[in-house]
Amino acid sequence: MHKELKELAEAWYARPIEDRLGMTRRGFMQFCATLATTLGLSRGAEAQIQKAIEQARRPSVIWLHFQECTGCTESMLRAEHPTLEKLILDVISLDYHETLFAAAGHQFEAARIQAMTENKGKYLLVIEGAIPTRENGIYCKIGGHTAIDLARECAADAAAVIAIGSCAAWGGMPSTSPNPTGATGVDSILDRPVVNIPGCPPNPYNFLATVVHFLTFGTLPEVDHEGRPLFAYSRLIHDHCERRAHFDAGRFAMEFGDEGHRKGYCLYKLGCKGPETYANCPTVLFGDVGAGTWPVGCGHPCIGCTEQGVGFEKPIHTLAQLKSVHPPISFPRIHEQQGSGAKTGEAAVIAAVAGAAAGAGAMLARNLGKARPADAPAERTDKDGGSA
Amino acid sequence: MSSHGHVEHAPVGGRLFTPVTFFLAMLVILALAVLGVRFIHGLGAVTNLNDGYPWGIWVVADVVIGSAFACGGFAVAALVYIFNRGEYHPLIRPALLASLLGYTLAGVGVLFDLGRYWNFYHIFLPGYAHVNSVMFEVALCVSLYIMVLWIEFSPAILEKFGLKHARKKLVGTMYIFIGLGMVLPMMHQSSLGSLLIVFGHQVHPLWQTMWLPLIFLLTAMLMGYAIILFESCVAAAGYRRSVEVHLLNPMARLMLWLLAGFLAFRFADLIARGALGYAFEGSLQAIFFWLEIACFALTFYLLRSSEARRNPANLFLGGVALLMGGILLRINAYLIGYDPGAHWSYFPSVGELVVTIGIFALKILAYIIITRRFPVLPREHAPATH
Repeated sequence: MHKELKELAEAWYARPIEDRLGMTRRGFMQFCATLATTLGLSRGAEAQIQKAIEQARRPSVIWLHFQECTGCTESMLRAEHPTLEKLILDVISLDYHETLFAAAGHQFEAARIQAMTENKGKYLLVIEGAIPTRENGIYCKIGGHTAIDLARECAADAAAVIAIGSCAAWGGMPSTSPNPTGATGVDSILDRPVVNIPGCPPNPYNFLATVVHFLTFGTLPEVDHEGRPLFAYSRLIHDHCERRAHFDAGRFAMEFGDEGHRKGYCLYKLGCKGPETYANCPTVLFGDVGAGTWPVGCGHPCIGCTEQGVGFEKPIHTLAQLKSVHPPISFPRIHEQQGSGAKTGEAAVIAAVAGAAAGAGAMLARNLGKARPADAPAERTDKDGGSA
Repeated sequence: MSSHGHVEHAPVGGRLFTPVTFFLAMLVILALAVLGVRFIHGLGAVTNLNDGYPWGIWVVADVVIGSAFACGGFAVAALVYIFNRGEYHPLIRPALLASLLGYTLAGVGVLFDLGRYWNFYHIFLPGYAHVNSVMFEVALCVSLYIMVLWIEFSPAILEKFGLKHARKKLVGTMYIFIGLGMVLPMMHQSSLGSLLIVFGHQVHPLWQTMWLPLIFLLTAMLMGYAIILFESCVAAAGYRRSVEVHLLNPMARLMLWLLAGFLAFRFADLIARGALGYAFEGSLQAIFFWLEIACFALTFYLLRSSEARRNPANLFLGGVALLMGGILLRINAYLIGYDPGAHWSYFPSVGELVVTIGIFALKILAYIIITRRFPVLPREHAPATH
């Protein structure tokens, strides 16, 4: 029975990748190119990625859920190029995932232990959700183990750890004040590097690109000081926002549904956190359906979900702290005044000054003329004189 | 400048509060009132500036023309220290005073026109320097020159307060500042022309040339000599002193040679660029071009012979005509010949005019007060009655 299964698997892998993923060859190549672009890799990297996905034996992935809403998983399921279920069943071997698994109970926990033993040091650990730490972490238990223990146990032999979602990245929503469970991010529990993919939910392609980077190059992508991959989180939303021109020109929506809001003006004054939030939302978008499909594009201010201290902490309506460009005190008008030529008063002042100067000059010249012969003191016509 | 000990300077003395100084002070106060509005409500509230004409008379008159007016010190210093014509030494200190006032107020005048004036000190911080910028060169050079002028003039102040020791120490190092005082104005007066080169085709071909730096430098020097004619005559008339015709006559002659050279160069450039034809179009620019040339030509007529130059009235009017030529050149190049595109127009507002008038009034007022109280003008040897 076991042997038969193995033969079936071999036969499955013998088929071309696009068949296995249920895509056309062109669609598959586009997917590879998209990921290479998302990662900001140079030309030729798409071929490397393609080779890696085609040839790599599926790495085992263990996906843990702690304090969260499963939104990250839900959004991953809606990735379309290719669909995630194809990807996770075919490109990776998803050996443990509480939402997607049919199994339950001890059988399910056994699958995790088995995957960890069989792929010791080679599997990817993905953690979704915050980890409660108060009272030794009793607020989140799976199969009798606390989240802290599970995370430490699984991370011990993992090749790499990825924290998906804001909750796993720094505690996210569960960690907001008063934080009764002492929720915190994965990297404060583990003493090894963790790649954070924050967002609520994060863009699935940022996660996929990180995984594919690992598959292709055997390393995790470069990260910033908060452990976020630079390819996705190195630029302010504000700097790539399609409404940025409105910000620069001083055109703001002042309240929801007003004229400016309907015309698609900048949402800064409605509390948009784009100016202090690092993420690639404006360029990668969500849902694979084209332009405008991201929060700001739809007319809602960014809530700063990828930014610790902003998302879930600052009220939505409060103004963002501007990190790059500050708006000027006043803005240019749409129709600039172009000047209207000389007006009567202005011409009169110039004429008066010119007249007075000409008169004074003429008087002075006449007096100087009278002062001849040369080098003689000028005529004394003035009352206020000086002495030498 | 009193290192040549043979020139004695003395305060003119007399009352400070006269109808003339009162009137000038009123003009200054008017300007301050307008500036109050400008600093509270912004440039738009007071000026007629717009995006097409971001530079109005506050730049062209107060700074570009004002600093050219202030080239007297530089022009006479060139005569005395470079061409070693020591006989002109008595002219230096009053010329320096005029330069000092002109440049200081030009520097202050820039502040009025700066949108973000509170950042003005950035010019002195190397971290902000953009060394390829003409504007940076002008700004830094003018700021440094203002300081140099104050140092050059300081012997007069030290004399006034009897600080002989300090004065002696200062005079020992003065050659450095005299050198700087020659180099700095040559740098920025030419750069005021380079600024226009950067404007490209927006400046009318009658004025747009790669030789603008030389044209601006030469006219600045010419205006420096002209302002000495003007100032000497006005000071003589105002204080009832003798006009220094024995100095002004030969200086005016030198000035005419320079003027002839300048005009020859100006027309040679126009012909070489094939731009002279524009002067014969029926345009506003052509009219103002000929007005400008007419002023320069009038200077020649008024100061044509040594006989004519012995008449102080001619020296005065000749100086005025040359100043008018220099003024028109600058107004023409910066405003009349400047075309930012269709529909843009600019004419100074009453507020702008009041400020510009106030700045010039302040210069005259300060000149009167300082010459009456500080040793600036050469001592009159014929004793005047009181």
